Amino acid sequence: MIKLFKVKEKQKEANENGNGKGPCNKQTAGELRLHKDITELNLPRTCTISFPGGKDKLMNFEITIKPYDGYYAGGKFLFSFEVPSIYPHEPPKVKCKTKVYHPNIDLEGSVCLNVLREDWKPVLNINTIVYGLYHLFTEPNPEDPLNTDAAAVLRDRPELFKSNVRKAMYGGCVDNISFARCV
Amino acid sequence: MADSTSQSRSRDLDKLLLRPGNLVGPTFEAGTELRDDLKEYVRVLVIGAGGLGCELLKDLAFSGFRNLEVIDMDRIEVTNLNRQFLFRLEDVGKPKAEVAAKKVMERVNGVDIKPHFCRIEDKPISFYSDFQIIVLGLDSVEARSYINSVACGFLEYDSDDNPREETIKPMVDGGTEGFKGHARIIMPGVTPCFECTIWLFPPQVKFPLCTLAETPRTAAHCIEYAHLIKWDEVHSGKTFDPDDPEHMQWVYSEAVKRAELFGIPGVTYSLTQGVVKNIIPAIASTNAIISAACALETLKLVSGCSKTLSNYLTYNGVEGLHTKVTEFVRDKECLVCGPGVLIELEASVTLKKFIGLLEDHPKLLLTRVSVTYRGKNLYMQAPPVLEEMTRSNLDLPLFELMSKSPRDIVHVTGAAGKGDTKQSCSRKLRVVFKGIDGVTDMDMAGGA
Repeated sequence: MIKLFKVKEKQKEANENGNGKGPCNKQTAGELRLHKDITELNLPRTCTISFPGGKDKLMNFEITIKPYDGYYAGGKFLFSFEVPSIYPHEPPKVKCKTKVYHPNIDLEGSVCLNVLREDWKPVLNINTIVYGLYHLFTEPNPEDPLNTDAAAVLRDRPELFKSNVRKAMYGGCVDNISFARCV
Repeated sequence: MADSTSQSRSRDLDKLLLRPGNLVGPTFEAGTELRDDLKEYVRVLVIGAGGLGCELLKDLAFSGFRNLEVIDMDRIEVTNLNRQFLFRLEDVGKPKAEVAAKKVMERVNGVDIKPHFCRIEDKPISFYSDFQIIVLGLDSVEARSYINSVACGFLEYDSDDNPREETIKPMVDGGTEGFKGHARIIMPGVTPCFECTIWLFPPQVKFPLCTLAETPRTAAHCIEYAHLIKWDEVHSGKTFDPDDPEHMQWVYSEAVKRAELFGIPGVTYSLTQGVVKNIIPAIASTNAIISAACALETLKLVSGCSKTLSNYLTYNGVEGLHTKVTEFVRDKECLVCGPGVLIELEASVTLKKFIGLLEDHPKLLLTRVSVTYRGKNLYMQAPPVLEEMTRSNLDLPLFELMSKSPRDIVHVTGAAGKGDTKQSCSRKLRVVFKGIDGVTDMDMAGGA
């Protein structure tokens, strides 16, 4: 055990001797873990990452996904990632910034992906999430819908779903909802 | 009269502080000097003036501490009054820290409590260095993690990787949830820090979005639907503010509609608040028990009058009363409280050469190294976009990149080991520049 009473005098002495300096640890454990995640990212060929805040602001970044096959081939979809300071205890908040006609992504950009919510574990990482997102485009899942209409069309009329997706990606209207061009 | 009161107040404490004993801590020195130091000299910071904080301030004031400060960013709400006993109906809307400090000072003669109505992040780091001990009465992992990183940030190690006593900033942490609670002691460098054992905290329950959107089964599902999905649909771009009663009312009424649609009972305004703000049920007695344990440990830790908790107490009041003490161990490679690997360098060494040195360092054997210093990414191996942005630093001296700090902490990530057994990892390094006199760098003390 330490002698707390003596601590302050020693600290003062240290400061007066010029050895004292600010504490070293301004990076949170979450930032350090994310730093590791980012350096070991192994993105699919068709995904790119960017850091709108510059090289020192890693906690907010964007991932662009360009699926090369499936319903969404040729499209370009932007996702924003907001990483909390207690990452990986809590998962990042991910939003789809591109309006998309998709059974698992709603028109506000909320994404239904298990690893983003109920199945998140601290051993998972950013790579896991990106692969999960990519998977949503190659295999949209009508069983866990966020956009119920799109899910019903995919389940019951896959051909119509295909053409609806095309229409939306080329900036058309589906069910009176207009989409921005993203091809 | 006043004299006899003050005498009787310290009578029981005197028995602990003025007499030697067999169960005392190793540094205990009985005597009036100790008692007077406790009163005059020791400064305790209490973080949080809520359920635990009210109890802590009262307990610490009654335990002989005279110089207390308390920090809390919240204002008093009606729902606090059932257990946060320092507050009255007329205090609703006032800052918790200010009212709590005032009430305890009115009640306990001679105690001085300075309130701080702000966020913990608003205070400069130097604010925290002024206290001998920090007592935490918090309800969030984030806030604990922040204070932990601040307290561990003061910690320094000697060349044998032993913590320097004078840089240890002890914390006593309490937490409750319904009938259960914990009290623990964190002595950075000696006992596990918050990050060493962060896995002790269960992750927050999160419902799948598609369940909320498609197949709600509980009142909480309906509330989270209104909060997470419907809000965005209706208020495009406007962020939901849980502290705005109008926002909360909106979520509540949407949740009621949703619940009616699916025939689900049980949505109330207070449940809405509970789910959205992730409020955990609080029980006055649990808070009292945990706070008492924390206050007692604070007294023992500061005075040495008894051995202290080693190092984690759990309390469960669900069926009677059950407590257990567990001695958790430190994560020797903890990035927050661990010593890190000592690296001595010439001031002329470039970042590129530094990275090369880590590859051959027997304790590291790190390849593909990325370097970060106090939130600045000095070099990133990947992804390419960051590599490009940081490449120009490679030819600069590390000393310059570290703002000419004679010694400081640097964090690196890379691949450790050889051949097929390479594993990616993060490491903390204590970089010391040879031949740099600390005195000439006085001006760097605050600015770096």
